[in-house]
Amino acid sequence: MDVLYFAWVRERIGLPKERVETNAATVSDLVAELSAREDRYAAAFADVSALRVALDQELSDFDASLTGVREVAFFPPMTGG
Amino acid sequence: MRVVVQEDAFDLGAEANAFAAADDTNGAIVTFTGVVRDLATGNLDVMEIEHYPGMTERALTKIAEEAMVRWSLGDVLVIHRHGRLVPGDRIMMVATAAPHRKDAFEAAEFLMDYLKSRAPFWKKEITGAGADWVAAKDEDEDALTRW
Repeated sequence: MDVLYFAWVRERIGLPKERVETNAATVSDLVAELSAREDRYAAAFADVSALRVALDQELSDFDASLTGVREVAFFPPMTGG
Repeated sequence: MRVVVQEDAFDLGAEANAFAAADDTNGAIVTFTGVVRDLATGNLDVMEIEHYPGMTERALTKIAEEAMVRWSLGDVLVIHRHGRLVPGDRIMMVATAAPHRKDAFEAAEFLMDYLKSRAPFWKKEITGAGADWVAAKDEDEDALTRW
């Protein structure tokens, strides 16, 4: 699946988008998998309460299933307007 | 209903005039415009607005559709910019048209409240001292509970 990062999450991880091969069942599983990779991921995901997640461009939750999902995006709370 | 996400500036007067002239059954037109505000210290050089292409348009369309369902509206317009803006630049506008003003005012407030915390935009303030992401405010999230 494609994993996208925005705002300070993108800056902390150091890239806007990557292709991830994973068997993670839920968003939280994916976060644990990515955090175990390298410090920059662990730093970005240190406090998931400060993050939001979208699955296929719809806001979702960290306990949501990844079954059939093609695009996951992580970002801080939004500040539009 | 029209939702526009663009980097370029928009013409507030032309947009408002075209929107207001579109349908003479609407007795009330409300417009709101968001402007890049300088910091209290007066040293904001650039406000950079990042967004999530694709999701942004979907989220704004969903919010506008929700407003059309909840209030008696003739039309809704949302324009939001991204990229590098400077103090005084217009960031975004919403406009609502309705037979009566209460619907137009309330729907415009609803659009703004939802757009602030549910549309994927992120602001970064750049000054001579560095760059800081703008933090979301609890009160912006709390504002959604009244709807």
